[in-house]
Amino acid sequence: MSAFRLSAAPLDTRSLQGELADPACGGFAAFEGWVRDHSAGLRVTRLEYEAFAPLALREGERIVAEARERFGLHGALCVHRVGALALGEVAVWVGVAAPHRDEAFRGCRFIIDEIKHRLPIWKKEHYENGDSGWVNCERCASVPAHDEHPGAAHHDHHGEHHAHGKPR
Amino acid sequence: MSAPLYGLLLTGGRSRRMQRDKANLEYAGRSQLARAMALLEPLVARTFVSVRADQLGDPQRVAYECIVDAWPDLGPIGGIHAALHAHPATAWLVLACDLPFLDAATLQQLIAAREPRRLATAFRSSHDGKPEPLCAIYEPASTAAIDAWIAADRRCPRDFLANADAALLTLRSPRALDNINTAEEYRAAQDRLDGAQDGAAHAAASAPSVPRTLQIQYFALLREQAGRNAETVTSRARDARELYEELRARHGLQLRPEQLRVAVNEEFADWSRALAEGDTVVFLPPVAGG
Repeated sequence: MSAFRLSAAPLDTRSLQGELADPACGGFAAFEGWVRDHSAGLRVTRLEYEAFAPLALREGERIVAEARERFGLHGALCVHRVGALALGEVAVWVGVAAPHRDEAFRGCRFIIDEIKHRLPIWKKEHYENGDSGWVNCERCASVPAHDEHPGAAHHDHHGEHHAHGKPR
Repeated sequence: MSAPLYGLLLTGGRSRRMQRDKANLEYAGRSQLARAMALLEPLVARTFVSVRADQLGDPQRVAYECIVDAWPDLGPIGGIHAALHAHPATAWLVLACDLPFLDAATLQQLIAAREPRRLATAFRSSHDGKPEPLCAIYEPASTAAIDAWIAADRRCPRDFLANADAALLTLRSPRALDNINTAEEYRAAQDRLDGAQDGAAHAAASAPSVPRTLQIQYFALLREQAGRNAETVTSRARDARELYEELRARHGLQLRPEQLRVAVNEEFADWSRALAEGDTVVFLPPVAGG
């Protein structure tokens, strides 16, 4: 089985952990990303993830392989959900097995950090007020629209100072 | 957000010095009208021909969507005025019908440098440094200023741009906007362009090259803005950057290139990546996994 997967179905985390069982390993670390009920002051009701699957799978494999190499992990596995998710569901699961706890913690942290920045996966949040938005996209994209008023010609640098999870 | 971009070819001129309809002049076997419309079509969302009411019987013109001058005899500014009023929320890439040397790269340069918050984006003439009003983008906000200009009995679109808040660019191909007004100039242009068609190497040097068929896939916010998951396009874009500017203009995409990454054939690529026939291109909005 590949070390990075996309799943449209809820994750069976016990079974995923079982795939990493290894008597040579003294440490196992896992990270679960959960669907949270709020974001930037708004009440979130549900999420949607959309992936450019062929590239996401390829890049995910590379991230896991980098982590194994860098931290000497014996096993590493990451699964990301796609499609509609309800509050509390596991959106992403990372598990790593290593001879010692330090490599396990650090390898697990590395994978989730890289996943967030490098995978072509997008998250749409649906809010209690009926609104929705693509995370890291909408606020940047909509800034110029608010700027369109007569005489705005000299303010065209607006929107360039917003941080937005830009992949490296 | 910038307004969607439509193309307008001005064909209502009287061609007094040429004494022939400039739209029907042929170069390398194709009329100027057909050549100009073929240049515009891949770059804008919709294309129109600007005509006088008495030209509506011309089959060459009515083969395209036409916008009729509201007031006769205002000259080119009348055609621009009619288009801005016909589609008030749209920006217009306006072209004269006597620019036989115009190429896709020049139009792409104009579109890429478009400043939607000013009234217009235009080139500086490589002859006198003044604005070139008939290969230029007019934003919806220019409508009121053009109305006022006409109401004040002014006509000259060049003077209009010189006095308006317009972004002015330097032409990368200095001769791209050379126009023709006389029979001698027409013959000289024919020689140049017929020769260019034979020598493909000449055309490649200025790089518009042959059109390529490309598969585009859209995800997340760009999918919603483009209103589609995927499309097949024919483009003369030399690289991913030019392609994005074309698609951005065509679909009114709101993300700026610096917010995006590029993937070609399911692998990350640079913006300068040259595109080949059959390539699959994806522009990746800011990601949010995890």
